[in-house]
Amino acid sequence: MKYSALNLLRNGLRHNRDWPEAWRHPEPKSHYDVIIVGGGGHGLATAYYLAKEHGLRNIAVLEKNWIGGGNTARNTTIVRSNYLWTEAALLYEKSMQLWEGLSNDLNYNVMFSQRGVYNLGHTLQDMRDIERRVSANRLNGLDAEIVTPDQLKRAIPALNTSASARYPILGASLQRRAGVARHDAVAWGFARAADALGVDIIEQCEVTGIERRNNKVTGVQTSRGHITADKVGVVVAGHASVLANMAGLRLPIQSHPLQAFVSEPLKPVLDTVVMSNAVHGYVSQSDKGELVIGAGIDAYNGYGQRGSFATIEHALQAIIELFPSFSRLRLLRLWGGIVDVCPDACPIISKTPVNGLYFNCGWGTGGFKATPGSGWAFAHTIARNRPHELNAPFSLDRFATGALVDEHGAAAVAH
Amino acid sequence: MQKNRLQSGGRIDRTQVLNFRFNGRAYQGCAGDTLASALLANGVYLIGRSFKLHRPRGIVGSGAEEPNAIVQIGSGAATLPNQCATQVLLYEGLDANSLRGWPSVQFDVGSITNWFSRFLAAGFYYKTFMAPRKLWSFYEKLIRDSAGWGHAPTKADPDFYEHRNAHCDVLIAGAGPAGLMAALAAANSGARVIIADEQSEFGGRLLSQTDEIDSMAATDWVAQAINTLAQHENVRMLPRSTVFGYFDHNFVTIAEHCTDHLGAHKHTTVRERLWRVRARQVILAQGAFERPLVFCNNDRPGVMLASAVSTYVNRYGVCPGREVVVFANNDSAYRCALDLDAAGASVKAVIDSRATGAGDLQQEVEALGITVMTGHVVTNTLGSQQIRAVQIAKFSIEGTVPATLPAQDLVTIQCDLLAMSGGWSPAVHLHSQSGGRITWSEELHCFVPDGTTQNCVSAGAGNGAWELHDCLRQGLEAGKAAIEYCGLEISDLAEPKTEGIETNSLQPLWRVPAVKAPDRCPKQFLDFQNDTSVADVRLAVREGYRNVEHVKRYTALGFGTDQGKLGNINGMAVLAEYLGEPIANVGTTTFRPAYTPTSFGTCAGETVGQLFDPVRKTAIHEWHEAAGAKFETVGQWLRPWYFPDGDEDLDAAVKRECLATRRSVGIMDASTLGKIDVQGPDAVKFLERIYTHDVGKMKVGRCAYGIMLGEDGMLKDDGVMARLGEQHFYLTTTTGGAASVMSWLELWLQTEWPDLDVYLTSVTDHYSTISVAGPTSRQLLQAIDCDTSLDAADFPFMSTQTATLCNLPVRLFRVSFSGELAFEINVASDHALTLWCALMDAGKNFDITPYGTESMHVLRAEKGFVIVGQDTDGSVTPTDLHMSWMLASDKDFLGKRSLRRPDALRADRKQWVGLIPADKTTVIAEGTQLIEDTAARAPVPMCGHISSSYDSPTLGHPIALALLKGGLERAGEKVYASLANGKAVPMTVTSPVFYDPQGERQRD
Repeated sequence: MKYSALNLLRNGLRHNRDWPEAWRHPEPKSHYDVIIVGGGGHGLATAYYLAKEHGLRNIAVLEKNWIGGGNTARNTTIVRSNYLWTEAALLYEKSMQLWEGLSNDLNYNVMFSQRGVYNLGHTLQDMRDIERRVSANRLNGLDAEIVTPDQLKRAIPALNTSASARYPILGASLQRRAGVARHDAVAWGFARAADALGVDIIEQCEVTGIERRNNKVTGVQTSRGHITADKVGVVVAGHASVLANMAGLRLPIQSHPLQAFVSEPLKPVLDTVVMSNAVHGYVSQSDKGELVIGAGIDAYNGYGQRGSFATIEHALQAIIELFPSFSRLRLLRLWGGIVDVCPDACPIISKTPVNGLYFNCGWGTGGFKATPGSGWAFAHTIARNRPHELNAPFSLDRFATGALVDEHGAAAVAH
Repeated sequence: MQKNRLQSGGRIDRTQVLNFRFNGRAYQGCAGDTLASALLANGVYLIGRSFKLHRPRGIVGSGAEEPNAIVQIGSGAATLPNQCATQVLLYEGLDANSLRGWPSVQFDVGSITNWFSRFLAAGFYYKTFMAPRKLWSFYEKLIRDSAGWGHAPTKADPDFYEHRNAHCDVLIAGAGPAGLMAALAAANSGARVIIADEQSEFGGRLLSQTDEIDSMAATDWVAQAINTLAQHENVRMLPRSTVFGYFDHNFVTIAEHCTDHLGAHKHTTVRERLWRVRARQVILAQGAFERPLVFCNNDRPGVMLASAVSTYVNRYGVCPGREVVVFANNDSAYRCALDLDAAGASVKAVIDSRATGAGDLQQEVEALGITVMTGHVVTNTLGSQQIRAVQIAKFSIEGTVPATLPAQDLVTIQCDLLAMSGGWSPAVHLHSQSGGRITWSEELHCFVPDGTTQNCVSAGAGNGAWELHDCLRQGLEAGKAAIEYCGLEISDLAEPKTEGIETNSLQPLWRVPAVKAPDRCPKQFLDFQNDTSVADVRLAVREGYRNVEHVKRYTALGFGTDQGKLGNINGMAVLAEYLGEPIANVGTTTFRPAYTPTSFGTCAGETVGQLFDPVRKTAIHEWHEAAGAKFETVGQWLRPWYFPDGDEDLDAAVKRECLATRRSVGIMDASTLGKIDVQGPDAVKFLERIYTHDVGKMKVGRCAYGIMLGEDGMLKDDGVMARLGEQHFYLTTTTGGAASVMSWLELWLQTEWPDLDVYLTSVTDHYSTISVAGPTSRQLLQAIDCDTSLDAADFPFMSTQTATLCNLPVRLFRVSFSGELAFEINVASDHALTLWCALMDAGKNFDITPYGTESMHVLRAEKGFVIVGQDTDGSVTPTDLHMSWMLASDKDFLGKRSLRRPDALRADRKQWVGLIPADKTTVIAEGTQLIEDTAARAPVPMCGHISSSYDSPTLGHPIALALLKGGLERAGEKVYASLANGKAVPMTVTSPVFYDPQGERQRD
């Protein structure tokens, strides 16, 4: 049933008794053409675009827990594409373009809200970096501009633009098309749309082994039994290295805890997204009124979805530095996820040394924004058995050739 | 007039009358009241409106579980949004306002949404607002404007906060019967005990009940216990202190609320204090939350938890109703009937869903002439802004709960208060935060702690022990066990005597059937704040949102400021019913910090504002300030940026500074450079592995420019290395890299090469560095009594020696970052200002000119010296920077292997070049990208970017440094700088060394 105002009205009159399931809950089949391991936003998007763009139908998404429950549920929902290097900018921009039509494409309102993202500069070097990134973004066809402290003051009244701040704000880059989206809706929207194209979404199904014969993938072992497959695409974020290990691969990835938190719901007080690398914080306000705030990664490695409170303290010190009037607001709920960080702070969307096995990982602290683009490129890579030109620079072999895409500048703070 | 205030009883002080305002009207309360009890005392029932449907709402609870009575306190910079009226202590002058309702909470235009609620079911917004696409921002603004509770302050917080660290043997969360008993047991042993409770008074439920302990009133027992604990120096008691977070390694965070309850004050003391406690053993005794019952219109003002009603009667001397109906599925609410009767209210009936009724308490209630209707339920309430009546019906569970109730059986009872109890849920929040498991108890019908991963134990109602004697016993046992764990002597404290009573077990009743099915009947609320009803959960299940986390997110169940303390368990049980699964399989959502909302300021502590990050100033900073220097922020440092003469701007000052340095002598404070002292038998071996050049071949007394690479072969940092002895080196790093290089060296030394006998000491702050550059710099040093020969023959370029200047011991380095004859002087920081002043004094004869970082940048750019971090970005190899000569071939060093990777050998890598604008006038902004094809459309291929750009005073035209694809081979070619306005400025590629390419001046 199509989601629309009219159907909302019709179903409301019938006391909402006729809404169908957003996605089915099928038993796993014994064989699939493609198995996607990981039912987060990226995995569901991959399945959706495999079906939609490449005509595949016999696809399963295997999720060990509930879909959208990993980093899809744990991020701060920021979407932007203003990356420095052309390789990264074009990939994220592809994603941005998909975001812009996503609600209608999926027929599910993912509440993509283009309220702009400001990246603040506090030092002369910050401003040089901003100039460089904005210049590159513009040439790459992305919207990007530089704003002055005066403009910031008008646009974001609560922001401390005083010259007497500990780290006075010298300016910022602004991407107006950037913004936030409703993270749960992204997972559900992709799930519903993929399901409508025949994709089996199988929750509570943990992959425990990747089966191979003659260096070719043949299937997976799961907590719900053995399933054969021609191709297996793994997109499991923080656990990528664990899954790689099952296939005898080692990935150049470090898994870290990353925390985020929200305030109590407030009347509108912040209309945009503000990020600062130097002061190390980022904040936006959700449609529900909560301030959504991210912290830096915890320095240690681990697979536990919990961080240390010192990181929260530091994040809040940064937020109060930027917004002194937020000090009396209250932290409502904090959580942690596991981020998979590559040495160059860029993702891996790649074939692997095992035929028919593909990995999509290494999104580190900024994977949410890439959800549609990541799925789109990964689907292409799996369906055609070769990367699309957008993700060719993000192959595994770059760590051998040295052709890294160093985005630490754009990704220094988690987001 | 406080019309609901009882003549006597309670823990309030009737002699201390406090004036306060609510929604602009003046009221009076008593010292000891909460805002909620004072409002109830005044007969104010309507406190707010709900989130989505704007339904009238009143006080339902008496503590952290309250979802409805959320108010804004005060105004201006010190205003507090989203305060829970049940947790706000009343003070003179308190000014509170409802958060929703326009024009007023009584007449709320927004309540019209209630009529359309069937179109606003769970997740409705995911299904609409999609077309036309452009209108989404309009819809979204409507959503945003209607969402949210309180208003954030608009001015900086006038208050301040602090952090305190504490260690203890036993931390006890909660000072009710179990917590106090545990503290008493632990205190005697000498253990360091911290006991914290979120309320203003210790005692927990004992303050709200009429029990007896050891033949005295429970409140007297509490007073005695507090008195005993106060006599132990090893016990720290923290009232108004919420244990809100439980992290790894028994790290527990407590927010102590110090001043909010005092009302108007001058913000001169700490408002809130964060205790960061590392505890050997934690005892969790936070008690339990009473559950509401779920029936139609269960959200009307005047519908309250039975335990809250008892609390208002017994603790605050307020009787919240005159004609009361009590509705329960368990025994505990019968106490409420007794309390109300004692308070003079008319208890019209106790409605008990159980056919069996209650145990001993039922007889007590009936003995007072109160009607007990067993096998009955309240299925609906009537009224508008306050409850007017309840509709009751016969009820029995035969196998399953009946789907609907027959309409003709309904009986209406008039009342102005409904006290309800759906049983109790242990507050397992902290246990769960600690990593502990919880399990569904089929006996108690609640989740109870089950196994921990840290050193903690739950006791009392928080562990499913409802009866007082069980709480006391568990507290005692937990206290003793903690002491045993700590290896201390266990006291022989005995369990206090209490009277036990016979009770009947609770009847699980998660949803009272209505006359119509849940989709059609009046709303049965689960989460009051977010208007999540039974129908919403049912819809979520129907739509395939089956996991408890999906249901939570789809329906917003438990997302409110109470984080589901009131309604979550009911919601999960209803979910289980619709899934047809046992509650144990459905589980709960994850309990996350904070237990109750905690101020950002508390978490941030004192390190905000100017203390956010230490400001580092050099030992000569005062002089710079007096000289009128403008400063630049570099990491934590403040560095002089330029020294304007009068009203000179940056460009004029820099021009003057640079020309003076090239002509006579300039002086600069370079103290912020990182400095590392390296000593040990393996110093050479160690540094050989870190730096790319031949360290071993350096003679004592010589300096070398050194670079280090990351494992990826990219330039990481640079600086001067001086060999002070056979086993003794001195390194400088970039200002920004000082700490990271030190960590980098220690990382390798400690984790990879622990066999090397090398010692690293950061001496950045120990020595100040004064750089004197220019043709007359040698004469200048000689003019301040240099005790050693500075001639080129005795003290050649790239060497170091100790000396005395102005009677101060110094170390001189003949290195140059300006291309001029130059000396870097290291002097103990205590003497730096003296030496600087002596140099300035003597320098008058040499036209000495102080210069800042901007001139330093220009001077080095004219010479083509790289600044790591400005001209490099982690993607630049030494070869890209014309530094292949620095890569020793006959040894290994970090990053060497990566330099042989295909990408490092690519011919079209971005390489270091100089650029001069073709028109010789345009200064291009640093960061500007370079292109070759000015007609190309996006994505325009970029061939590099400008990393440094200045109007060179020495050369008289602009210069730039850039990383350019294949730049090493492109001298003389033309590229374009692409400006923001779309224009492209032609630039000629040159060598990056614009000035004195032979380096004769610096070697002079």
